[in-house]
Amino acid sequence: MTNSTHAQPDSVSSFARIQAGMARRRAAEQRFKMLGRIAVGIGLLFLIVLLGSIVSKGYTAFWQTQMRIDVMLSADEIDPEGTRKAETLRKADYSSLIKQSMREMFPDVSGRRDRFALYGLVSNGAAFDLRDRVMADPSLIGTKVSLWVPADDDVDMLMKGHIDRDAAEGDRRIKDNALGWIEKLEADGRLEMRFNVDFFTKGDSRDPELAGIRGALMGTIFTLMVTLALSFPLGVAAAVYLEEFAPKNKWTDLIEVNINNLAAVPSIVFGLLGLAVFINVFELPRSAPLLGGLVLTLMTLPTIIIASRAALKSVPPSIRDAALGIGASPMQATLFHVIPLALPGMLTGTIIGMAQALGETAPLLMIGMVAFIADVPQGVFDPSTALPVQIYLWADSPERAYVERTSAAIMVLLAFLALMNLVAVLLRKRFERRW
Amino acid sequence: MSPQGQAMAFKLDGDAAARQPATVGRDVRETVGEVRVNDPRIRCTDINVHYGEKHAIKNISLDVGKGEVLAMIGPSGCGKSTFLRCLNRMNDTVRDCRVTGEILLDGEDINGRHIDVVPLRARVAMVFQKPNPFPKSIYENVAFGPRIHGLCESKSDMDVIVESSLRKANLWDEVKDRLDDVGTGLSGGQQQRLCIARAIAIEPEVILMDEPCSALDPISTAKVEQLIEELRQQYSIVIVTHSMQQAARVSQRTAYFHMGDLIEVSETDRLFIKPRHQLTEDYITGRFG
Repeated sequence: MTNSTHAQPDSVSSFARIQAGMARRRAAEQRFKMLGRIAVGIGLLFLIVLLGSIVSKGYTAFWQTQMRIDVMLSADEIDPEGTRKAETLRKADYSSLIKQSMREMFPDVSGRRDRFALYGLVSNGAAFDLRDRVMADPSLIGTKVSLWVPADDDVDMLMKGHIDRDAAEGDRRIKDNALGWIEKLEADGRLEMRFNVDFFTKGDSRDPELAGIRGALMGTIFTLMVTLALSFPLGVAAAVYLEEFAPKNKWTDLIEVNINNLAAVPSIVFGLLGLAVFINVFELPRSAPLLGGLVLTLMTLPTIIIASRAALKSVPPSIRDAALGIGASPMQATLFHVIPLALPGMLTGTIIGMAQALGETAPLLMIGMVAFIADVPQGVFDPSTALPVQIYLWADSPERAYVERTSAAIMVLLAFLALMNLVAVLLRKRFERRW
Repeated sequence: MSPQGQAMAFKLDGDAAARQPATVGRDVRETVGEVRVNDPRIRCTDINVHYGEKHAIKNISLDVGKGEVLAMIGPSGCGKSTFLRCLNRMNDTVRDCRVTGEILLDGEDINGRHIDVVPLRARVAMVFQKPNPFPKSIYENVAFGPRIHGLCESKSDMDVIVESSLRKANLWDEVKDRLDDVGTGLSGGQQQRLCIARAIAIEPEVILMDEPCSALDPISTAKVEQLIEELRQQYSIVIVTHSMQQAARVSQRTAYFHMGDLIEVSETDRLFIKPRHQLTEDYITGRFG
């Protein structure tokens, strides 16, 4: 009777039974911990493989083979009348000057086809570089200048080892005669790997050696600025109203259900909506960051609203009571006390939404941000692409040199994402308060 | 020995012989005792509160006098906090809560259609069970009320209000050198006195206190009780407490609540020495709750 509450009031004491079971319990604990470690390990492994493959493929894009050429800037070719007008200088045929200098380097090359191959060793962009030099300093005319210009992407690929010099001639893009010229240039010290400044300062190009990320980067920055400027205030205002002020009835329930549904709508649908409404009805400029920002705002809003409501819900009611209890109006209580405490959570939600928007491609395809645009956009109304779309475009291009550029663009995108997250963490730290 | 002290002595000694037996049986739910006072600050008549289906307060009438401390005691869930929250309409913030009946503050019905809760709560301020200072500086905690109500023109006016409020709350000497520190960094008792300072900074007429000492240690409790005694000169105070000793120490009148009914109201001494209702006697002698 005295031990009636125990199942087995026999000779074995409870303590002994606990002891006997301990080994099994410890083993279970260890197994559980191991499972967690394995999960984390596998996740890390995937991340390392992903980053490793991107970085190993892409880091070479930050260097570019440059070729030193000596060009005679003959006044007869550039400015026969000697006026030195900008218009004349701009229209001069610099590519023929470069061709001439290439011929001088290799006087033996004859025949149309061979000469054409020879000219192809240097990038089309060389003529523009030369023009910029001359226009910046017209006194160079009449002298012989030595300058570094980008080599053609095939030369670049050869130098980076992506083209096998020992392969049969028919299997490589660089033929035997061109290989001979390149080896001579190398021996003369006329080929060099230099930091690829163009990649960060130029827009897209049909020539991979001239293609840069800046156009897409600026497009993304403008697009995200529009998105942030619209979705943060709208999202926070909607969340604050729904959470703090709206009556709880079937209408607000309906709104809540719909917001949750919107968060799960595939992004391409928002793109179609943008196409139908913003372009066809409001006739906003196609391909513009403004348009992209509007579409991404639609996509980001539900995320921000849901996260902000969660943040508001987590503010202890005692803070509201405290403010209301001494006669603060609901707006004063919300504005001065509830929102500051919910702000870190709201910022987290916003940054998650912005990160989504940063990586979003599908809706941008629908509104024409997938076009080939060589100019760097100057504002939200200029046509532009965005980083993920640029990655898609380059990944889709046949030239070997775009492979490394694709990876490099991914690195830029990831760096941008990391930067955004860093800012978010700092902001959150700044606003975080204990209660 | 003060009257409160005598009441204390009875309870603490458990001197049942000195107490006269209660005369009203346990089944009776009508309020026994003196619900009305001569010069009321607040006069409640036939208050009913429903939370959805639940009838939380049943037909209660009660007065709060000027310059008195009214203590409300009773077992958990008896409705004393709910009733307290009716007095400055804090129940408005609770979903599905319906309050009926007449609550007159200085003769004016606070549930009237034209009454704005904002100025009402400035007149009837509230201090809560758990100290809830804002996570801002000590100065800002006290200054918030006067600022939102536009009580002062200049920074120097505000300094005066903050200092005098903290002085009245017996907190000034402890915090005068660190007014810019975060209010939540104070000890529990200091936090609660800060909350009281925050309430009196707007010079209310009535201060409602919902178990203000339940989260405090005995020394902090003693300080808050002393403060209540001092504040009584200027304000009417309604205090909900779980501690009968506290009710006996700080209040002039005590109301005993039971399951949503107001069972008995009398002078505090009388309630503890000569409870008239059997339920009151059960509670104060520890047979219930």
